[in-house]
Amino acid sequence: MAPSPERSKEAWGSRIGVILAVTGSAVGLGNFLRFPGKAAQYEGGAFMIPYFVALLLLGIPIAWAEWALGRYGGAKGHSSIPGIFRAIWPSRAAPYLGALGMLIPVAIYMYYVYIEAWCLGYAVEFLRGTFRPEPGQAMDIARYGGFFGAFAGLGDDGAVFSMSGGFFHSAVFYLLVCFVLNFVLIYRGLTKGIEWFCKWAMPALLACAVVVLVRVLTLGTPDATRPEQSVVNGLGFMWNPSTKSAGFWASLSNSQMWLEAAGQIFFSLSVGFGIVMCYASYCKRDDDIALSSLTACAGNEFCEVALGGLITIPAAFVFLGAAGAMDAAKAGTFSLGFVTLPCVFAQMPFGQVVGALFFFLLFLAAITSSLSMLQPAIALLEEGLGLGRRAAVSLLGLITALGALFVVYFSKGAKAMDTLDFWVGTFCIYLLATIQVLLFGWVLGTERGYAELSRGAEIRIPRFMMAVIKYVSPLYLLTIFGVWLYQIGSRDENYFNELLADSEGGRVARLSIVWIAVLLVFFILIIAQAVRRWRREEARAKEASP
Amino acid sequence: MTTGGWVIMVCSVGFVTLFLAWTLYKVFSTPGAETHLHSQADLDPHDQDS
Repeated sequence: MAPSPERSKEAWGSRIGVILAVTGSAVGLGNFLRFPGKAAQYEGGAFMIPYFVALLLLGIPIAWAEWALGRYGGAKGHSSIPGIFRAIWPSRAAPYLGALGMLIPVAIYMYYVYIEAWCLGYAVEFLRGTFRPEPGQAMDIARYGGFFGAFAGLGDDGAVFSMSGGFFHSAVFYLLVCFVLNFVLIYRGLTKGIEWFCKWAMPALLACAVVVLVRVLTLGTPDATRPEQSVVNGLGFMWNPSTKSAGFWASLSNSQMWLEAAGQIFFSLSVGFGIVMCYASYCKRDDDIALSSLTACAGNEFCEVALGGLITIPAAFVFLGAAGAMDAAKAGTFSLGFVTLPCVFAQMPFGQVVGALFFFLLFLAAITSSLSMLQPAIALLEEGLGLGRRAAVSLLGLITALGALFVVYFSKGAKAMDTLDFWVGTFCIYLLATIQVLLFGWVLGTERGYAELSRGAEIRIPRFMMAVIKYVSPLYLLTIFGVWLYQIGSRDENYFNELLADSEGGRVARLSIVWIAVLLVFFILIIAQAVRRWRREEARAKEASP
Repeated sequence: MTTGGWVIMVCSVGFVTLFLAWTLYKVFSTPGAETHLHSQADLDPHDQDS
């Protein structure tokens, strides 16, 4: 009998919901800001070669490994990363390696929520007309830089608390809104909170992205006196495989570009954060994980390359020219996002609405990511201390509030944020991803790993991917890690000299490292408690069995 | 914009679009996809008091 139209419509709606939820969990700020900046900085078109190589050899294989490890640990009754590691590798050290899986998402949350607040603040300020250019005045990018510096408190430590523009227009107010919103949604529980939010946030994000994309692609040549600053030339600036500085093959031989491309894939797909592994542990034994993770990768790549790649840099080129767009790309993600783009949107027709939509899009992308960052720690607090969800959320709320205040107070030059991002958001992620891929390939083993990945799978994963996970991905990761360490240590003014310097920045950096160490010790103590509980439970189960 | 630029852009955007289209096709052609395909957003952590 043919299904009724109502039933078909309902099933179709549910599947769209699945697709949006899967995609929404993967999309973040890096898709619309970090990727275009990196691609333009490294000759645009040439950057795509190492980018896609890294996607196939690093991104997709490690994403599959994380889902498989998570579901394997979940079947043994564990959802926290230490518990999952212990289930896979019965060693005393295994659960303590999992402390990284607690530290990374919690510490990243502490500064990510502040960036999220900037996005929300910029969306509201665009609507209020704060960024509207003065009539008859030439474009003044310094004005936008000045606004960002004051808004984010980059001039001095504690400057953000002065709230010179009033409490309701300060970053502190938007931070409070984001913090409360995150915790209300998390407090409601995952399925009631995050799923409900993603159901409308993801379509809204895609709609905002499409509106902004259409606006940028129909800009034409807004300034007739500068015919070279057209949108087609802007696309060329982003995608041409060779530029005046280097040809295609010369660009491809740039090792730094290969590192950056791999890093972009890595952070964009959230590989190595531990979050995916925690969520995968809640899957049923015969749920699909192979197609689910691939759909998340595909949705993320579409938003990054097809939307982010066509919006940010071409828009900057049209209003700032080649030199301005290159400066924006090289100045970093924050400068591109919060100085250059507001200036660009302010110049374009309907820029007030387009700017508001773009920053609201960034806010939605950020909050769908930040909502998932706390679940690994919640799982450990529940498993280790026997807390209920609400008690775990409250304790974590207190810890992350202290951490966010630390980041917000030490805002001069975003030093505390930079230090947390360097040690946790870069160094620790490489470490955890390497541990995960080694656990999958060498401890769980590719035979058991392949069986785990294939159980309930809606697609057939090629066998050779196991060899990629076992040999290629770890080698790739270790090479990137080694070269990255060599590079930061061998610069003339290297990072470590700056860290040890008797300067204000050096002191804040050292204080940030102490804060990371305190967090790490806190999680290690909870893991020790969790290990004792697991041992007691195992002993009781052993006694109970005949 | 050079011919090479057009080629790289069309190939890159085309690849990610086809990649997404293929996964969407697999989701739509999978019986019961809504019950056994998952993301972080729709997984229930079975918390004790949620």
